Amino acid sequence: MIAMAQYTQDKEQLTQQKAKRFNLWLGMIGMFMVFAALSSGFIVYTQGGIDKGIKTILPDAFIYSTALIVVSSITMYLAQKAAKEMAFGRQKGLLAVTIALGIGFFMMQVHAWGILADRGVVFVNSNASQSFIYIFTGMHLAHIVAGIVVLVRALIGRIRNIPQVSNVFRMGLASLFWHFLGILWIYIYVFLLLNQN
Amino acid sequence: MSNITSAGAHSVDHHGDHGHHHESFWTKYVFSQDHKMIAKQFLITGIIMAVFAMILSILFRLQLAWPDKEFPILEVFLGKWAEGGRINPEFFLALVTIHGTIMVFFVLTAGLSGTFANLLIPYQLGARDMASPFMNMLSYWFFFTACVVMISSFFVESGPASAGWTVYPPLSAIPKAISGSGLGMSLWLTSMVLFIISQILGGTNYISTILNMRTKGMSFWKMPLTIWALFLTAIVGLFSFPVLVAAVVLLIFDRSVGTSFYLSDLVVQGQILPYEGGSPVLFQHLFWFLGHPEVYIVLMPALGLTSEVISTNSRKPIFGYHAMVYSLIGISTLSFIVWGHHMFVTGMNPFLGGVFMITTLIIAVPSAVKVFNYLATLWRGNIRFTPAMLFAIGMVSFFISGGLTGLYVGNSALDINLHDTYFIVAHFHLVMGSASIFGMLCGVYHWYPKLFGRMMDEKLGYLHFWLTFIGAYMVFFPMHFMGIDGVPRRYYAFTEFPFMEKWISVNVFITWSAIIAGLGQVAFLWNFFGSIRFGKRATQNPWGANTLEWTTPVEHIHGNWPGEIPTVHRWPYDYSKPGHHEDFIPQTVPFSETMSSNLPHDFEGDQEAERIQREWELANKPQTEKETE
Repeated sequence: MIAMAQYTQDKEQLTQQKAKRFNLWLGMIGMFMVFAALSSGFIVYTQGGIDKGIKTILPDAFIYSTALIVVSSITMYLAQKAAKEMAFGRQKGLLAVTIALGIGFFMMQVHAWGILADRGVVFVNSNASQSFIYIFTGMHLAHIVAGIVVLVRALIGRIRNIPQVSNVFRMGLASLFWHFLGILWIYIYVFLLLNQN
Repeated sequence: MSNITSAGAHSVDHHGDHGHHHESFWTKYVFSQDHKMIAKQFLITGIIMAVFAMILSILFRLQLAWPDKEFPILEVFLGKWAEGGRINPEFFLALVTIHGTIMVFFVLTAGLSGTFANLLIPYQLGARDMASPFMNMLSYWFFFTACVVMISSFFVESGPASAGWTVYPPLSAIPKAISGSGLGMSLWLTSMVLFIISQILGGTNYISTILNMRTKGMSFWKMPLTIWALFLTAIVGLFSFPVLVAAVVLLIFDRSVGTSFYLSDLVVQGQILPYEGGSPVLFQHLFWFLGHPEVYIVLMPALGLTSEVISTNSRKPIFGYHAMVYSLIGISTLSFIVWGHHMFVTGMNPFLGGVFMITTLIIAVPSAVKVFNYLATLWRGNIRFTPAMLFAIGMVSFFISGGLTGLYVGNSALDINLHDTYFIVAHFHLVMGSASIFGMLCGVYHWYPKLFGRMMDEKLGYLHFWLTFIGAYMVFFPMHFMGIDGVPRRYYAFTEFPFMEKWISVNVFITWSAIIAGLGQVAFLWNFFGSIRFGKRATQNPWGANTLEWTTPVEHIHGNWPGEIPTVHRWPYDYSKPGHHEDFIPQTVPFSETMSSNLPHDFEGDQEAERIQREWELANKPQTEKETE
């Protein structure tokens, strides 16, 4: 009887974990919608006249930041694998590397803003297509900050030695979110590249 | 490995003591993670906001009815906003703006969906709580903060936002343009961002709970229509609210940093502003991409709640259950491709206007399906006129009378005349405002026993219904005629135009009606708050309803059901089923216990069950015939 009760309760908890994970998927749809709206706003605005448009070649710094975030996705994947294999030292190390790469990505984006501003492509601009570059990257960076918080939380959980089920669960959520942020950046970058002239 | 076992043990400890949590005042009433408490929080906050927004509307109605009269008492309360006892023009605009914002977002979105999604999703699906109770709590507190920020704008020097609830730039973007576009507008934008975060946190939870946490047997086609409506509402919100975030972010930068997303070629008070190249119509596109689905976010929960209440109180299965679901899906889908009908007069390409007109008019089809199904459910029903039922029927009435004018305003040619007149005000206050608030009140009266364990007073409920129902028609119906005559909405000094002067007498009538309907709400407030302590104690299933929430104990417990979660065996609308000794069969009753009333299609093609039923009938039918002889 007790075993049966425990079985149903475990099942209930498992369902709830699945539902929480699903919440993240839905959240990602919501986040994507923000960028979809910005993309359509950009298109509508840019088609408003021939004087509109990005009208500059995007700085190489964006290529480097893309490389950073792709590598960070790989280290995140490895960290999650380590967590599943209960190789906790490796998990901690890889998580720390991922966080460092995330911070590197952040700094590289800010560096790219500097390059653009030096060229005269500034945020306050009568050609708002150029302002949109800052909006896209800035909104994405706001999400990156949230992503880093999630990663740090997973790391703290590991350091505090939380139960393995929770550890794997947190790592699952963190890596799903982090991969999403990488893919989101690639979407934004490709969108801007296609519109850069 | 030890970690795994300790986690397992933890989960048993945690779930083993449902109802025996040691909760402090703070975790039980304030930072509660229990869906039932969060529902109450949403409801009471929503009611407070509704009363606030209603008082605002009475204030601007005073100005419209008696434009030249002084009310010294107003100055006592409003100070410089009503100098000499007359509402000043800028404050009038603020009143209209904040009335709209609060009613649409804070009352009919958060107050309605927030309350009933939180209350009914776990209850009617057979779940212990939401997917993420913590996110659910956050959702409420973001909402609460948004309310505080919005109301705080009444206490700043330059006053609340005044550019209308749609906050179109450039008016909303240039602080110099009107005083309401100063700090008040910044607070409005902050409040809305918080509000949207709250909606996304709540909405993802609703969707996830519905998809993942239904009890055994609760297939999609056994879900009550309330759940379908709340589910689709949450999906529509998830796709549309983020778009408003994008629009608002760009507006914030235009206002405070000096970008030109929406602004171009502006001269304010003889001064040329530096903005160049922006497009104010871009804001309208982004805004209405949310704004139109928002109309359905407001309406669909009301449709869901009333479906349930009308079926229960007609003691009949809902007519066309599948059609009801498909029409909700149809409305949800179409809601995303009609936003242009708000922008027919922005210089839109007439061909595009034609496309938006067609998609808009198609919404009449699923809407009409719903109306006919409501009427067919009522037809020859064994109707019980409870207050909830009256409000549900009232909802149907407003949905019809307001929906019909939608055919006129949705027409791109007619809209040139009707745009921004009182005809529009009449249309949406009936179809969206009154219909939704009636849906919400219907829900409050019907689920009050589940919320508070007590009954509301019926007589006060009837008084409330008739005052509100007749009042709403007396307020909004005459506005159609004003609109046809060309009286524009949001005008403070409309008497400056001689052709509108004749409408003053109608405005006086409307304002008196509004005041009487407003006083009618006192009956509700008295009833609602009084019954929490002094209402008659509710029984477990006071309405004889089929859905799962009525199988939970009257006293709220953590985890909803004391033992195992019940299993569902049938759809929720087995009312007055021929052959059964009662006029309702709850969803938890298996077919094996209702052999006398089972029908072949109940078994959904399960041949074994059909065989057992046939055998039972062969064995029992002759006997019952003998008895009747």
